[in-house]
Amino acid sequence: MEELRKHAKELLENKTVAAILGYVEVDPKRTRPAVITKPEDASKLVFNEYCLNNLAVYLTKARIKNIAKQNGAVMKLGIVAKPCDIHSVIALIQESQLKREDIHIIGMNCHGVVKDFGMEFSGETLASKCVPCESHKPLYHDIVLGEEKQTPSVSDEVLAKIQAIEKMTYEERFEYFKNEFDKCIKCYACRAACPLCYCQRCITDKTIPRWIESSPHSRGNFSWNVVRAFHLSGRCIGCGECERACPMDIPLSLLNRKMAETAKEAYAYVSGRSLETPTLVGSYDVKDSDELFM
Amino acid sequence: MKEQNWEPKIIAFVCNWCTYTGADLAGTSRLKYPTNVKLIRVMCSGGIDPVFILKAFERGADGILVSGCHPNDCHYNAGNFHARRRWTFFHELLDYLGIDKNRLQFSWVSASEGKKFVDVVSKVVNDVKAMGPFKGYEELNNEFMTEFPDVSGVDESMILKEKEGEAV
Repeated sequence: MEELRKHAKELLENKTVAAILGYVEVDPKRTRPAVITKPEDASKLVFNEYCLNNLAVYLTKARIKNIAKQNGAVMKLGIVAKPCDIHSVIALIQESQLKREDIHIIGMNCHGVVKDFGMEFSGETLASKCVPCESHKPLYHDIVLGEEKQTPSVSDEVLAKIQAIEKMTYEERFEYFKNEFDKCIKCYACRAACPLCYCQRCITDKTIPRWIESSPHSRGNFSWNVVRAFHLSGRCIGCGECERACPMDIPLSLLNRKMAETAKEAYAYVSGRSLETPTLVGSYDVKDSDELFM
Repeated sequence: MKEQNWEPKIIAFVCNWCTYTGADLAGTSRLKYPTNVKLIRVMCSGGIDPVFILKAFERGADGILVSGCHPNDCHYNAGNFHARRRWTFFHELLDYLGIDKNRLQFSWVSASEGKKFVDVVSKVVNDVKAMGPFKGYEELNNEFMTEFPDVSGVDESMILKEKEGEAV
């Protein structure tokens, strides 16, 4: 933690970065995101198992981008990022939403985070996104900090649930998801929390014609959740922020994870892993499978 | 009852350059195919947004066919390649959510394949007939009507208001 504060202070003093997106402590088992712009505030930064937020979501926000614009020049933005957050940053760079040279990535070694604030860190309280996680070290970074520790190994409940759903009949599945989507109140917190939902104008906000009904009834809810999941297929890096933000506890990771598994099976592609490869849905291969088509 | 005389409603999204012309050839060649299918012509299979499919299901479609040019034959060179990746995901997603894979089918039909168009349409119609009416979305529609009895269930913004001469 000390090295993080020292590094952040240096960056701000040397004017290498305009601001650092990081975590500050609220109480010992709760943190919140913060934008640090003054060197003396760098001592407030923390990193622990309670740093749940994916800070990459702020990188595309106009208000944050404006901080980096000083005296007509664009300065770097620093970001304290877990390895999974770095996947989001990579995906944003792949999709031309960011430039690598505009971001200073302070990569943190990570051994998992808790499900929710206030919990003691252990195998039982490990966030479900951390269970299948294989990247405990930052892939792309400007500096790596933090100690390497062993992640508790627990069984993958999300994958087990997906496999259970796949065994259901079509009617049962439709009923299951209809009931889950029925809870939706169309608050769009899932959209706001997602680093990859950066569209200036979302399709659900378009009214002429209105493709997705905006009132929270089962038909409109179904369309919205299908479209949200589809627009993130092959892109979602699985940070789980949508599900954590959902006030109605809709199991969105069941959808996101399923589409990620599909991308892996059909195209051997995992989102947000390489700056050199093009995005999956933004590119094509003439040799792609033609099985689906008569 | 209604069930006995039930005929499926099939919507086909077809591309202007290949499948639509193929369907035209089927017509001019006097080939017969089921009348359940309603064609919607779009410029390219790559231009069919999955929300079109959802909207069609909302309006009571029992089955949907999406058809375009064969790979390497796209009028826009790569439209169907892009479509192919996207449909793979969308098809998998709908299947996972409990919409039978046979309700949404895909094909490549070229301008010279009038016979293939007839075969494809017949297959889709037979598949959907075997499955029966699409109950899932009917349920969603009924719930919508009970919740909002004043609304006809049709989005006003979707109707072309020809009388008033308003553009949509």
